[in-house]
Amino acid sequence: MTQAAWIIPLLPLAAFVLITAAGPRLPGRGAYVSIAGIVLAGIAGLVVLGEVIGGARADVTYTWAVLGAKPITVGFVVDPLSAIMLAMVGVVASLITIYSVGYMAGDPHYPRFFAYLSLFQFSMLFLILADNFLFIYAGWELVGLCSYLLIGFWFERPAAARAALKAFITTRVGDFSMMIGILIIFLHTGSLRFDEVFKSIQGGALAGPLLTAAAVLVFGGAVGKSAQVPLHVWLPDAMEGPTPVSALIHAATMVAAGVYLVARTYPLFLFSPNHAALTVVAYIGGITALIAATMGVVEDDIKRVLAYSTISQLGYMMLGLGVLGYTAGMFHLITHAFFKALLFLGAGSVIHGVATNNIKQMGGLAKLMPWTAWTFIAATLALTGIPPFAGFFSKDQVLAAAFAHDRVLWALGAAGAFLTSLYMGRLIWYTFAGTYRGGDPHGQAHAAGHAPGRPHESPAVMVVPLAILAVFAVFLGWAGAESLGNPFEKFIHFPGIEPVAPNFGLLVVSIAIAVAGWAAAAAIYVWRIVPSESLRQAAPWAYTLLVRRYFVDDFYAWVFLGLGGAVMRFAGLFDRYVVDGLVNLIGWLARQLGLGLRYVQTGREETYLLLVFLGVVVIVVVRLVW
Amino acid sequence: MTGEAIAFYILAAVTLGSAVVVVTSGNIVHSAAALVPGFLGVTGLYILLNAEFVAGIQVLIYAGAITVLILFAIMLTEGGTGLGGRQRNEQALVGATVAAAMAVLLIIVATRTGWTAGGGTLPPYTPGAIGQSFLRQNILVFEGTSIVLLVSLMGAIMTARRED
Amino acid sequence: MPGLTHYLVVSALLFSLGLFAVVTRRNTVAILMGVELMLNAANINLVAFNKYAAPGAMQGQIFALIVITLAACEAAVGLALVLAAYRTLETVYVDEINLMKW
Repeated sequence: MTQAAWIIPLLPLAAFVLITAAGPRLPGRGAYVSIAGIVLAGIAGLVVLGEVIGGARADVTYTWAVLGAKPITVGFVVDPLSAIMLAMVGVVASLITIYSVGYMAGDPHYPRFFAYLSLFQFSMLFLILADNFLFIYAGWELVGLCSYLLIGFWFERPAAARAALKAFITTRVGDFSMMIGILIIFLHTGSLRFDEVFKSIQGGALAGPLLTAAAVLVFGGAVGKSAQVPLHVWLPDAMEGPTPVSALIHAATMVAAGVYLVARTYPLFLFSPNHAALTVVAYIGGITALIAATMGVVEDDIKRVLAYSTISQLGYMMLGLGVLGYTAGMFHLITHAFFKALLFLGAGSVIHGVATNNIKQMGGLAKLMPWTAWTFIAATLALTGIPPFAGFFSKDQVLAAAFAHDRVLWALGAAGAFLTSLYMGRLIWYTFAGTYRGGDPHGQAHAAGHAPGRPHESPAVMVVPLAILAVFAVFLGWAGAESLGNPFEKFIHFPGIEPVAPNFGLLVVSIAIAVAGWAAAAAIYVWRIVPSESLRQAAPWAYTLLVRRYFVDDFYAWVFLGLGGAVMRFAGLFDRYVVDGLVNLIGWLARQLGLGLRYVQTGREETYLLLVFLGVVVIVVVRLVW
Repeated sequence: MTGEAIAFYILAAVTLGSAVVVVTSGNIVHSAAALVPGFLGVTGLYILLNAEFVAGIQVLIYAGAITVLILFAIMLTEGGTGLGGRQRNEQALVGATVAAAMAVLLIIVATRTGWTAGGGTLPPYTPGAIGQSFLRQNILVFEGTSIVLLVSLMGAIMTARRED
Repeated sequence: MPGLTHYLVVSALLFSLGLFAVVTRRNTVAILMGVELMLNAANINLVAFNKYAAPGAMQGQIFALIVITLAACEAAVGLALVLAAYRTLETVYVDEINLMKW
């Protein structure tokens, strides 16, 4: 199976083609074909993972072009990194696709959704298997396209259309930076394949500040795709898309592609002098982790809170990779995929039940939607790093690697962990505890066939994936546990990097911070010892700063729409008056010339006679003078 | 100052003076009348140039026939009243300039070029020589001109005929 | 002693006077008179060249005779045209004959 792993992306691609061609006529209006495609891919992915754990590897190459004497080869690689990603994407995407059958039921554009979903799955799997910069860039662009299509799925809503455009354009900035980086690499190493490039770099073909520049430029693509500061602005707005989209693309897979890229091209960062590139990665990750967490505390939209949480957790992954915690970062990626997907699907279930995203209008859902509530809470415990849930193991490894490398980065991560517990506690309290504050959820024309009244649990097709993901969220962490010999680290590690020795004191501090965050949430929201209103009045400027997202969006609008707009207007004026003016001038001159020359043709032969003799005179004068 | 020179200057003055009258007179009949001294002046110049036969023909044809023909045309058309509108059109200024320029250029060319004198002399009695030449070397021209005369005669009659 | 250039100057002046008449005058007959003046000037040239530049043959004078003949033909036909035009168009002024002009 490993040797033929390149077939795996083709399964959802075939589903996409079938649904596009004959969508509404297929069984389940396209949904079953899409599910079949991804489930088969998921099973194949698990098989490949098993084989790779057993030691199988694969590297399939084709010659793409011949430049001069050197052929450029492209192909697929199956190694532990791509195998674990294959399996994760396969499983999570399958569960989300099944869930979508329930969530998108009744939507008039049902087949189109599953077509796009399958296209995205193909793109992501293709990206994962790439063994060269060309394929990874192609996959990069494809997932960007699918993200645009899916965020703007309900394109009749202007907010959704704008959000899709914002996502595409913001990631485009990152993609451009990545392209420059790839070109620099190609120029100096003469190849696009990862193994050849890394060998050249070890041999010194690309070194010093130029290597750092290339690495940072490639990281730029990851900054865009993984919504790191300063290109993080698109992810909160991307929540306009349907919730399964948010779960799949903007929590588990596409945004993880940036982390995967850094892991795949790790030698680029390792060989840069003084690990300068790694420092950039780590600090951007750390700053993002903290800043995103601060913004999550003041959001009232359940999906937006989770979006900021995703940005923050991606920051942790980058932080982990940046402090030489290769295994820690990848482990956090895998665990985060499961519990964040669970959180989003749970949020979708909630939204499906109450027909609103605003947590201030929810409440009391723990009794009304028990399966949703308890799986959500399990995922939250994983996210905030409470043992023995999955996130505890992975986040703690990241923080340990940071502590050993740079205390400042550890401080950023720790502060972020405190805030994570705070905003998630706040979210849980408003959403699930207390009594229901909202109105009749079926008053709106959203869900079909429901009896009016109070919100109720979602159908089985949505709840079962929640339960399956919850199992992963609870137990997956043990794959990286020290006490069990850390099998994950044995599987995924970078040759030459030793894992950080476990620091028991640090472990206790991490748990304390997470619990402190929960306690703070309880103090503010549950027992109201320091109610949120008084916090807001004590530091209104802080509140404004957070609600306005540090004014980053406003700044970008001012720069690009303001300054850029001025440039555009100038260019428009220039085009209209100078360029067009020049053309109009030529026309005007021709007209004036014609108007003037009219008088030569009088129609009277006395004039013509005169002109004849005038001509003779002129010719003779010219002949005499010259 | 030889007698030939005096004669030349007087004849030139007469010719050019009457030509000016022809060209600038407001009365068309005056113009036609001024043609006669002009042609006669030219006749005198021909005689000075030892072209007696040509001079004779000039008097007969030009001063005689053509002037009368012109007077006929004037009288048969509206110019016969002697009155009429202005005689110069609106491009007079430019026309005068062009004519003056033409004169200047021709004079410059004529005076600057070194004309070489050819060999031989004119025969003393030119009519005989002309006649001989017409019927020997230039007989084709002679016959052709006769045909042109015939054709133009017919043409003039046909054109001017009253159609009733 | 008047030389060749004297006659050429006279002929040049006569020619330009005729040219002025042709280009400037409104009456068709006046234009024809100008044409006659131009032809005469050419004749003077021819005969003068015959005497001063090529006295061996009679070509100049013969040419002048032919020109006189043709001038007569042309005057006849031209004036016949003027009469015919006058009958139809009621005018002899060239700037009033503009039926063909759009």
